Amino acid sequence: MEPPNLKAVEFDPAAAVDPLAALIELPLDPAHRPGVVKHFAIIAGMARLVMDFPLADDIEPAPVFLP
Amino acid sequence: MTDASRDACATAAMVRSRQITAREATEQALDRIAARDNQFNCFTTLIAERALDQAASIDAAIGAGHDPGPLAGVPFAVKNLFDIEGITTLAGSRIYADKPPADADAAAVAALKRAGAVLIGALNMDEYAYGFTTENTHYGPTRNPRDPQRMAGGSSGGSAAAVAAGLVPLSLGSDGNGSIRVPSALCGVFGLKPTFGRVSRVGVAQFAPSFDHVGPLARSVADIATAFDALQGPDPRDSACTTRSAVPTLPQLTAGVKDLRIAVAGGYFASGAEPEALGAVTTVAAALGATARVHLPEPERARAAAWVITAGEGANVHLADLKRRPNDFDPLTRDRFLAGALVPSAWLIQAQRFRSWYRARVEELFRDVDIVLAPATPCVAPPIGQDVMTIGGVSVSTRPTLGIFTQPLSFIGLPIMMVPVQRPGQLPLGVQVVASPFNEALILRVAAALEAMGVVAAPVA
Repeated sequence: MEPPNLKAVEFDPAAAVDPLAALIELPLDPAHRPGVVKHFAIIAGMARLVMDFPLADDIEPAPVFLP
Repeated sequence: MTDASRDACATAAMVRSRQITAREATEQALDRIAARDNQFNCFTTLIAERALDQAASIDAAIGAGHDPGPLAGVPFAVKNLFDIEGITTLAGSRIYADKPPADADAAAVAALKRAGAVLIGALNMDEYAYGFTTENTHYGPTRNPRDPQRMAGGSSGGSAAAVAAGLVPLSLGSDGNGSIRVPSALCGVFGLKPTFGRVSRVGVAQFAPSFDHVGPLARSVADIATAFDALQGPDPRDSACTTRSAVPTLPQLTAGVKDLRIAVAGGYFASGAEPEALGAVTTVAAALGATARVHLPEPERARAAAWVITAGEGANVHLADLKRRPNDFDPLTRDRFLAGALVPSAWLIQAQRFRSWYRARVEELFRDVDIVLAPATPCVAPPIGQDVMTIGGVSVSTRPTLGIFTQPLSFIGLPIMMVPVQRPGQLPLGVQVVASPFNEALILRVAAALEAMGVVAAPVA
């Protein structure tokens, strides 16, 4: 069977913040929006570094970290 | 030795031997604060009357032949995210000013009081601990006592500056990504971030719960060890607090470093900094005879993962207020909190899975070494208000860049002692002394050896 035609999704932080804010019912003041877009883009850049790193399926998350 | 330069242990020794009363030591601290804090803006609350009452009870105990503890009569102050009974806990915010007063002292505050220390007041910080500079818009910036035009660092900036200025010999701070270590380095004092879970966080306002640590700042290693020994130990009320027994560090302080395998962190930790910041590491390594190098795995990704988790966890703590009253946040934190509220689960969970991977790799590294040395900050304290700076010829955002070397280490809860390297005529720099979890005694031994050699020190500014 042919794989489905999956196109890489372009990430646009300015387009992402509004639906994400709506999803959690977070009103964004237009005066704050440029700062939110800027900082969401920075977080996304950090997340990219994390998401690009291959992790084995058996590695569990450490939500409550006990050293 | 002036009363300002006396460290906590010296004050306690004088109080216990009746060379000075606890009340006199407290009055001296209040006088110093009255005379000098207008230059630095460390304190947001003073509880002078209560402090004098507490000091009087210590003097009465000594008069009755009782031992009031190893910190008898030592004035101390705490970052204003620690609960103080009867005082509203601000956590650097305007929003929390609407809350009722705390009904009890934070566990760490109570522990120091039980050891005889006298609580003087609360100290300035970045709003909700989300910053490395203590340029708090609501309460004003805390100024660095080594150069008041410069940042104190943060988020425990008031805690570091009050100690550096000699206002109090001992303070408490909290550290999630570097909030004890960055201001300790920039102000030139000692700061201990214990192992995650080693010290109870009961009564401490949350920042990012899976990162929050509590620890002491002081001007001598013995003071740090004495305070830490009073602070450490299990607390079933804190879900992250260890059930391990406390391991007293003070008795081990002079054990030396001959048997320790000490290495310098290379790669990421040996670049991206001003030469003088790396020079401080070289100075400390040379004094310890440390020539080995180790490479932590993926430190840049570790910092990135810490960033993502901090943003997500931190924003979630304040989500209700972000929805209802975003304009009451400090403009320096608001947009970062709002952006953090939008972090999708895939990023957050992958960052937490990466954290497990990274912890396991670093654990392997500590089979071959006992101590790792790394720079604390990439530069000296920047001027207050500076948005952009040049590091190693590259233009970078000032505020987040202050944490590039602290974030990848606290990410997995390692115990870290920030030791200050003083440079006559220049601003201080810091070095992180890092061990595997629950080995605070080792990093304090290293710090004590460096202090005895005169390589690190924290004189009053």
